[in-house]
Amino acid sequence: MTINAAHPEPPLSWKLQGRSNRRRRERLVHAVLLAAALVSVLVSALIVVSLLGGAVDFLSRIDPSQLLADGWYPRRDEFGLLTLFAGSLLVTGMATLVAVPIGLLAAIYLAEYANRRARRIVKPVLEILAGIPSVVLGFFALTWLSPHVVQRLNPSASDFNLMAAGLGVGVLTIPLIASVSEDAMRAVPASIREASYGLGARRITTSLAVVIPAATSGIVAAVILGVSRAVGETMVVAVAAGGSGGARFTLDPYDQGQTITAAMASLAAGTDQVAGGNAAYQSLFFLGLLLFAVTFVLNQVGDVFVRRTRQQY
Amino acid sequence: MTAIASPVRTGSLRRTGADWMGLAFHGVLLLSLLVSLLILLTLIVDVVGRGAPVLAERGLDFLTSPTSSRPAQAGVAQGIFGTLMMAALVALLAFPIGILTAIYLEEYASDSRLTRLINVNIRNLAGVPSVVYGLLGLAIFVIALRDVTGGRSMIAGGITLAILVLPIVIITSAEAIRSVPRSLREAGYGVGASRWEVTRLLVLPSAAPGILTGTVLSLSRALGETAPLILAGAVLGGFSTGSKDIVEQIFGRYTVLPVTIFDWARRPQADFRELTAAAIVVLLVVTLLANAIAIYLRNRYEGAR
Repeated sequence: MTINAAHPEPPLSWKLQGRSNRRRRERLVHAVLLAAALVSVLVSALIVVSLLGGAVDFLSRIDPSQLLADGWYPRRDEFGLLTLFAGSLLVTGMATLVAVPIGLLAAIYLAEYANRRARRIVKPVLEILAGIPSVVLGFFALTWLSPHVVQRLNPSASDFNLMAAGLGVGVLTIPLIASVSEDAMRAVPASIREASYGLGARRITTSLAVVIPAATSGIVAAVILGVSRAVGETMVVAVAAGGSGGARFTLDPYDQGQTITAAMASLAAGTDQVAGGNAAYQSLFFLGLLLFAVTFVLNQVGDVFVRRTRQQY
Repeated sequence: MTAIASPVRTGSLRRTGADWMGLAFHGVLLLSLLVSLLILLTLIVDVVGRGAPVLAERGLDFLTSPTSSRPAQAGVAQGIFGTLMMAALVALLAFPIGILTAIYLEEYASDSRLTRLINVNIRNLAGVPSVVYGLLGLAIFVIALRDVTGGRSMIAGGITLAILVLPIVIITSAEAIRSVPRSLREAGYGVGASRWEVTRLLVLPSAAPGILTGTVLSLSRALGETAPLILAGAVLGGFSTGSKDIVEQIFGRYTVLPVTIFDWARRPQADFRELTAAAIVVLLVVTLLANAIAIYLRNRYEGAR
């Protein structure tokens, strides 16, 4: 084949450009769509700006020693962060203990055992559970889990307690862990399972010794995203863990307490004046920034693991 | 290795004896699902059991009375109105912006640095805890823009919720658009349609059921949110709506069902426990209905594909 150096212009090219009003409309549509897409970038910028602004105001206003106070009583200018960290740690730990086993087992069932009909029944149950508003789960934790589970384990437990809140948050986290790890197990190619069956392995062996190791990154991602969700959960703790107005430092799950999130809810629920320039009001933004940072890091790490599963196969 | 020489001992491939381990494992799996189901059932039975007497006794009066500190008179009228208005505001604000963003990302955007930034940013926003959106609403819409929004007003809360569900709307809509077969688009371009014509006439109608499912799900999520609205100015406790018209109400004080529930749940009187349960029944009917519609739409959609 010879190549013509002077290739002539295709004679009909101007016709393929379309009419100019159509092209103008295309450009307009493109601009409108881009503007819509940029709204989400603006939202992120506003979140960071408002959190940082408030947090800096707060830190410049208080004495650092106030952050090491023995409890979290913002109205008395005691901002003991350790109290809230301990609360968040207890609640998240409890929630993980509940949600990881149940969520993982549900995922194994859905990915490896269930036939179409079973899936049609099981999936909606998890989806309805995921759709229960968290304030409702908080009420359930306070009025059912606390007397029927926690106080049965320890009759001297307070009516409001961190354990009931942790169990409630765990229930909320089950659907997320189940769905992310189910996706991970489904991403394991059928050929690997067939090889395992071909060697004579049973279903339990295939699930536990072949599919789960192959889906490890996805399962790790599920746990991390579950933890992130549990750390950020607010209303269950605000309703069920008590401590409105403040809390002492405690590591006892049967005691009242507050988490980072619940402290924000109870602070906001107590303030009625809008432009409160006081430190208690500004501490909201400091806590928000902490929470944002923690969940952001967790989500990034979780995302890395999710992507790793996708690349593997 | 002596693999070839070793005698084949088994007469058949059939396993002898029952697979107890396998059965036990299957049992454990079913048990975990049973636990989830039992929690769900206990929750619903418990709440309905507590709330039903109130609903039966008060009936319509409960649904049409404003909040009050006296349990015998307190009702959820303002909460229901606020929740429905939130649904309308979210649908009006988040759905168009979210769906347009999804169209941009899936149909228009080239693989540029800006596109990647937008994508990463949306994924990050989806993971931000809802209470943080409440802070955004408080700082920007309640305080910074109070001359426009009227401070702790319904519109400030509505915008906050719309921003909260925006990433979910975008992600689910983008997935629906992505699942439209390529051949459909190529057919459109083949007969000379422009990009917008292909999007509007071919891609969107085909992706509509998926988009609808995602938006309804995000709506039901928005209706159950409490924490962001406590921060963004929803009223805990009683307030009077008076005889304001709807525009004045949009720029005035408001509450929503979940916030009413939170307010009542933390009151010590036993009467309020039952009222809380009754309000929860109302909220669950609203959100589960929205969820059920979404699940139904998706099943129908998946069945059709």
